[in-house]
Amino acid sequence: MPEHESAGALESPTHAVRDFLRRRREQIAQRWADEPLFRTVFTVSRDEAVEAGKLLVDALAQVADAERVEDPDAAGFTEVREQLARMGAARTRAGLSTTQVSAELAALTRPVENLLVADLEQEPSERLRACATTLSVLMGTLRLVAMQTALTEVQALIDRQRLQLLEVATPVIKLWDGIVAVPLIGTLDSARSQVVMETLLNAVVDQHARFAILDITGVPTVDSLVAQHLMKTVAAARLMGAECVVSGIRPAIAQTIVHLGLDLGTVKTRASLADALGYCLHELGANIVNAAPDGPGRR
Amino acid sequence: MHTAAGVEARLPIRSDMDLVWVRQHVRQAAALLGFGLVDQTKLVTAASELARNTLVHGGGGLMEASHVGSSGVDGLRLTFSDTGPGIADLDRALSDGYTSGDGLGMGLGGARRLVHDFHVESAPGKGTTVRVTSWVRRPPRAGGAV
Repeated sequence: MPEHESAGALESPTHAVRDFLRRRREQIAQRWADEPLFRTVFTVSRDEAVEAGKLLVDALAQVADAERVEDPDAAGFTEVREQLARMGAARTRAGLSTTQVSAELAALTRPVENLLVADLEQEPSERLRACATTLSVLMGTLRLVAMQTALTEVQALIDRQRLQLLEVATPVIKLWDGIVAVPLIGTLDSARSQVVMETLLNAVVDQHARFAILDITGVPTVDSLVAQHLMKTVAAARLMGAECVVSGIRPAIAQTIVHLGLDLGTVKTRASLADALGYCLHELGANIVNAAPDGPGRR
Repeated sequence: MHTAAGVEARLPIRSDMDLVWVRQHVRQAAALLGFGLVDQTKLVTAASELARNTLVHGGGGLMEASHVGSSGVDGLRLTFSDTGPGIADLDRALSDGYTSGDGLGMGLGGARRLVHDFHVESAPGKGTTVRVTSWVRRPPRAGGAV
């Protein structure tokens, strides 16, 4: 403490805040540990919350040391970004809105400010005000960093999921010479059914397929638009010389299609993928022969 | 009895993504009220048709879901409203195969066949409100009323 007092009067407010943060590291961390943001995230032990709080104080001190209290990209914040992201994510998972998380972050400022005011009581009021302003700017920047981090996380998640969705969109599987199948999964909106049609028609050409099976086991809802997409795909495949079979029509879907009044009479349908494959093999003239010599023989 | 939470909702219909929400919500609500798998599928399909009408023809709007009924008979009511151009000829719009867009023309009439009660209010320039209700069919001895 003595060395601070000798230099105190000459320091910039930023460095005074830095010194204050380093000096009161323990107390700040202790008070933060009682705040909802820390208390609810670090539930294992209070020490854990205090340690996390100390890391945050260190980061703030480092930013103040670099005189970059207004810069969210300051090097000091880099080390706590991950921790802030974890805390934000935990609060979001607990059902808090972004605004509420932001308010909880803002609540961290008050305890520090109180400590600062108590600490610099002896200083001239003008200097105290300058230090308090610097501190609130610094805390504001911290809030900004936390919100930025949260947004980046969400964006990264969305990007990752979008990629995953495209990946699962439309695999074309060759089941046999001349038979390809597309298992359709999830919602068939216009964009996706366009992709389905393109990949299926390409597969028909590449694999010299005479039969194409569209399996809709994984499609939860077949409404008139989905049916329309299916019929268009079937018609396009037919133009290319391939016969389409729609399989995986569940009982509930079948009843719904009938009530809806959709006429799928022009489309060859089968209840399961196995039935569809059996039909295609039969049409191709392939015979499935049981391997056992005394088995039931050919189908 | 069932709680209103999980059934009651006001969902905006402004994009294709919102249709996914509508379908998911109707499926969950129907399951919660005890609808069987076939009736769930019918309701979801009807909701999908009507929500798409709201989006494509009405230029976007709103779906409201609510729990109706009492004394052991539960129902799910879905109200789709938009402030679009409205329907000039309702009978024609409800007939199969008639479409003002490039669809199959089965949406409105098909949705009517998928639900128990179907009510549509519309006038040119006044928007369209479609209200559909389906009741959970209970075994006669359990509920008494159907």
